[in-house]
Amino acid sequence: MVDELLFFMEVVVGGLLAGTMYSLVALGFVLIFKASATFNFSQGAMVFFSVLAFCGFMQDFNIPFVLAFILAALLMVVVGLCTERLVLRPLMNASEDTVLMATIGLGYVLEGLAQAAWGVEVRRLDLGIGDFPVPWIADNLKLFISALDIFAGLVAALMIIGLFLLFKYTKIGLGLRAVADDAGAASSIGIPLKHIMLLVWSAAGVVALVAGCMWGARAGVQFALVDLALKALPVLIIGGFSSIPGAIVGGLIIGATEKVLEVYIGPFFGGAIEGWAPYVLAIFFLLYRPEGLFGEKIIRRV
Amino acid sequence: MKPVFMTYTKKDLINLAVCMVLSVLVIPTFITTEYWYTSILIPWLCLALATIGQQVVMGYTGQLALGAAGFMAAGAFAMFNLILRVPDLGFVGSLIVSGLIAAAFGILFGLPSLKVRGIYLMVATLASQFFIIWMIDKFGWFKNYDSSGIITAQDIVILGKPFTTPLAMYFVCLAVTTVLTLLAMNMARGSTGRNWMAVRDMDIAAESMGVSLLKTKVQAFAISAFYCGVAGALFAFCYLKSLEPVAFDIKLSFKILFMCILGGLGTINGAFIGAAFILLFPVLLNAIGNNVFHGAIDATIISSIEQVIFGGLMIIFMIYEPLGMAKLWENLKQKLSLKLQSSNVKNLKSSLSKKS
Repeated sequence: MVDELLFFMEVVVGGLLAGTMYSLVALGFVLIFKASATFNFSQGAMVFFSVLAFCGFMQDFNIPFVLAFILAALLMVVVGLCTERLVLRPLMNASEDTVLMATIGLGYVLEGLAQAAWGVEVRRLDLGIGDFPVPWIADNLKLFISALDIFAGLVAALMIIGLFLLFKYTKIGLGLRAVADDAGAASSIGIPLKHIMLLVWSAAGVVALVAGCMWGARAGVQFALVDLALKALPVLIIGGFSSIPGAIVGGLIIGATEKVLEVYIGPFFGGAIEGWAPYVLAIFFLLYRPEGLFGEKIIRRV
Repeated sequence: MKPVFMTYTKKDLINLAVCMVLSVLVIPTFITTEYWYTSILIPWLCLALATIGQQVVMGYTGQLALGAAGFMAAGAFAMFNLILRVPDLGFVGSLIVSGLIAAAFGILFGLPSLKVRGIYLMVATLASQFFIIWMIDKFGWFKNYDSSGIITAQDIVILGKPFTTPLAMYFVCLAVTTVLTLLAMNMARGSTGRNWMAVRDMDIAAESMGVSLLKTKVQAFAISAFYCGVAGALFAFCYLKSLEPVAFDIKLSFKILFMCILGGLGTINGAFIGAAFILLFPVLLNAIGNNVFHGAIDATIISSIEQVIFGGLMIIFMIYEPLGMAKLWENLKQKLSLKLQSSNVKNLKSSLSKKS
């Protein structure tokens, strides 16, 4: 009995920590949605692009870890700049769906560019933190929890606190919220829309880089990251598109639920149900609470 | 223009005649290399058919869906099982039934569209994509307990005659595509299509005019999935000649989405243009890579460049011409006919002045 309970705990905790990785990807979506009411479908591609560039800088040019990270972050700022200039500004008054489709195109461009520049092989990314159970926790609590998961959880927590403070208490944050509320009104009282967009896309790029590092350290830096990042979409539906806490809670819910389902129900169906379980969970949420747990804006009901 | 036959004008009938002469007489007489049939014409027809399915739900009804490949997989595997287990049904019967099975999935996964739209609906339809592929992969019955993962498709036999040469398969695809395209055009022009477009342009107004949202949306999803299912069956039996769930992964869904959007949302001919572009462009790029650069550029880099160009085109079209290539084609035709008219007028004027 105790063993079973421990095992269940282990599954749940493992799921929760893995869920923080989804949260990290979802965070990038939320940042952009909050400031521009744009669904950025290319966030997954940004994750792939940034971490592949990071690996490329380190492994092909032998640039030290920290410098490579800074370079990759700068690269994401450039990507943000180009996106604002070439994609968002011309589509300023276009419909939501049009912008969404343009970001799908943007995702394709980023994926293609990344692979053209750095190749298609799977790259290993070593953060210096192993993906194996922490001995101390394993000995004392009898829970097997990966060090990488804990690290990812800590990083996610730090980023969320940072972003939360930024949005809540700084002038930039106020500007961001104003733009999200009504871009026209915000720009008419002198909030520089261009700078805000650039800032937000750069921040989303850096968040993508961090998320990519976590995923890359676990699963290798490869194209499959883009598909993994798609799982951030159900996370967002559960948490709400415009809420930073929502991205976190949504990620945790998805992470824990898919692991529990996989371990306890999966074997009856031959496993691998975590591939679709999050999406079905999202459908149920859509039917009963379309704005998500923390979403403020009621989405357009049909 | 006055309709000559049903809702078709003289121009439509001429277009149809030209297309039929081209596809039935000209192509088979002038194209003799098998490569063109097996790698370009057959997949073009199949994917164009799937794109019409995507058009119904996305272009005409305005619902952002991203699960075409899932329905294609449902159609393909339904076809395999029907031919295997119900041989009396025949090829055409199986094709129709497998389309209907895909349509059932379409209805099931289209239901969320009654509540949500935009990216929310996209996520809901992604569920269908992943679920259908998983289901086929995990339950051995669908694959007839074949452990290798790749099953060979049965030969196509219609009325006792085998259709196994590339040319014969091309004709099978052509016949199915022609019938379904005409049907789609009829639906799009009739009350069905007007309801779809009313829902797309303003659902609340449509509802207050008496268009049932439930019926219209579910119908659009069912028809869309039917087209995708039939296309998937043809794709597996005529093009791939094998069945594996991996062939119908999310990448194919994205490809069809691109065909639909680049071709031109809300047009049937856009489906053909878009499918041709997405299929032929990589061939062209590879040819350039081989002939101009003599293989100096790696194949993986070429496919990456192709991805960049597709994505870039998507952005460019969204900015400058959201209605896609079909609209460009329309504009071109209009310009040409205007020029023709003005030159006619000039000729007339000059001949008049000569007379006087």
